[in-house]
Amino acid sequence: MSIEELYREVILDHYRNPRNRGVIDHPDAHAEGNNPLCGDELTLDLRFDGDRVAEVAIRGQGCSISQSSASMMSQAIEGKTTGEILDLIASFKAMMDIETAPPAGLDPDRPGAILGDLEALQGVRKFPVRIKCAYLAWTTLAEALRDRDDR
Amino acid sequence: MIDLSHLRPDFPVLQRRIHGKPLVFLDSAASSQKPAPVLDVMDAVYRTHYANVHRGAYLLSEESTTAYEEARGKVARFINASSRAEVVFTRGATTALNTVAFGWGMDHLSVGDKILLTTMEHHSNMVPWQMVARRTGAELVYLPMTHDYRLDADRLPEFLDERVKVVAFTGMSNVTGTMPPVADIARIARNHGALVVVDAAQLVTHAPVDVQKLGVDFMAFSGHKMLGPTGIGALWGRPSLLEEMEPFEGGGEMISDVRLEGSTWAPVPHKFEAGTPPIVQAIGLGAAVDYLEKIGMKSVRQHERELTEYALSRLAELPPVRVFGPPHIEERGGVISFAFGDVHPHDVATILDQEGIAVRAGHHCAKPLTRALGVPATTRVSFQVYNTKDDVDALIVGLRRVQEVFRVD
Repeated sequence: MSIEELYREVILDHYRNPRNRGVIDHPDAHAEGNNPLCGDELTLDLRFDGDRVAEVAIRGQGCSISQSSASMMSQAIEGKTTGEILDLIASFKAMMDIETAPPAGLDPDRPGAILGDLEALQGVRKFPVRIKCAYLAWTTLAEALRDRDDR
Repeated sequence: MIDLSHLRPDFPVLQRRIHGKPLVFLDSAASSQKPAPVLDVMDAVYRTHYANVHRGAYLLSEESTTAYEEARGKVARFINASSRAEVVFTRGATTALNTVAFGWGMDHLSVGDKILLTTMEHHSNMVPWQMVARRTGAELVYLPMTHDYRLDADRLPEFLDERVKVVAFTGMSNVTGTMPPVADIARIARNHGALVVVDAAQLVTHAPVDVQKLGVDFMAFSGHKMLGPTGIGALWGRPSLLEEMEPFEGGGEMISDVRLEGSTWAPVPHKFEAGTPPIVQAIGLGAAVDYLEKIGMKSVRQHERELTEYALSRLAELPPVRVFGPPHIEERGGVISFAFGDVHPHDVATILDQEGIAVRAGHHCAKPLTRALGVPATTRVSFQVYNTKDDVDALIVGLRRVQEVFRVD
């Protein structure tokens, strides 16, 4: 396993040029996540149009894995319904589950077909201590969906 | 340069290969590795001399008790305490600091009083005081670090008014490596009538320590950072203060008599050692003290100073490196924190790990200090007696690899 398989081009690109950074005034859903042990932080705002995500805004700080995961996630959920987002969260968790090899839920013949750029994060599977970095955005997203339900 | 490389074979873990590369261990400030003499002593106690201490009228218990109390004597001598009764064994520096914060603080602090800390403190010398402040109504005040990462004793009087009842500060920062002028700060604070508490978790293993010369009231440290095992540490205290202070924990071993209506305490230091103590760990700490004394703490400090100087000069070769620490080598120990361009410390640490190099990344249990540095986290390298210039050279090669992977100039 070479380190370049972890730090793929697309991950460095999302780390250095994070998408959907910002704040939404009066969001329909909001959540804050952090990894107390490493100090990574993420704040997520969502605006919905009916059942579809109309706008995503993210701010936070942390390592390339946590921040690129958040950036790619923000693109992946734009325009999606909550049902589709729940499927996406399940697919991402399946991909990152180190108990399965090869990664569950991906199509080996069509790289990127299921999770798009996010599939680049499967390299993190080989670095178990970093998996929580990749998860941060997704646990925060699940929290935001619960926040929307509570409103 | 002072050469301690002959010690390396004493540390079995240094033989390990990590991801196919020889281990380069640069995280001793978090916890140091253990030499064979420490491991052997602990193993021998478990195998041939083990029993609970201070009870049993049989030979094994007597041997175990003697070894445990001898270890206390070694620790006392190591810090130049005037008697072994001044050394209380604790679970570590954290427990030692909680013992003072709660044991002394709950009886001596109230609304209107101030606790003076510094912004450089490890959470273990900050959170207990915050807890005690909340319960007693005392106010927390912080001496800020200077722009060049030092603590300025000259600024202390500005913060010392008659309301300051305790001054607690680090003897050596685990983030910046700063070694404040402990004796100067202690003298000024005590002249003001404040209790002086020093967190020496880093200091004791990096420089010679003489509690009588430092002139403090309490000093806390851990065994595991000074080549000893985890689960053991010590609180040194002035005898009169230890006599007067209430125990923080109650239980077996710490009592003189127990009746249904109340109890009386065992003499110092035993009144602070409730329950079965970490017997084997204490004996292991004694062996670690023997090991360090054989090298000599002056040599330990000299070796570390030279290694730190060398590391700082080599790190300066790499443009992305920005070191957070005092500029003068006399004012710092062998702990170096730095930023590396826009690469997050966790990513630095992962890449270095692939090269067999263990460094720490994060806030180092000193979040207020890390925030004051203006970064979310730092990469930290730290040295112990077993580190060499080769380790520093390997670090530089590893950091060039980080530059390559993240394409930073």
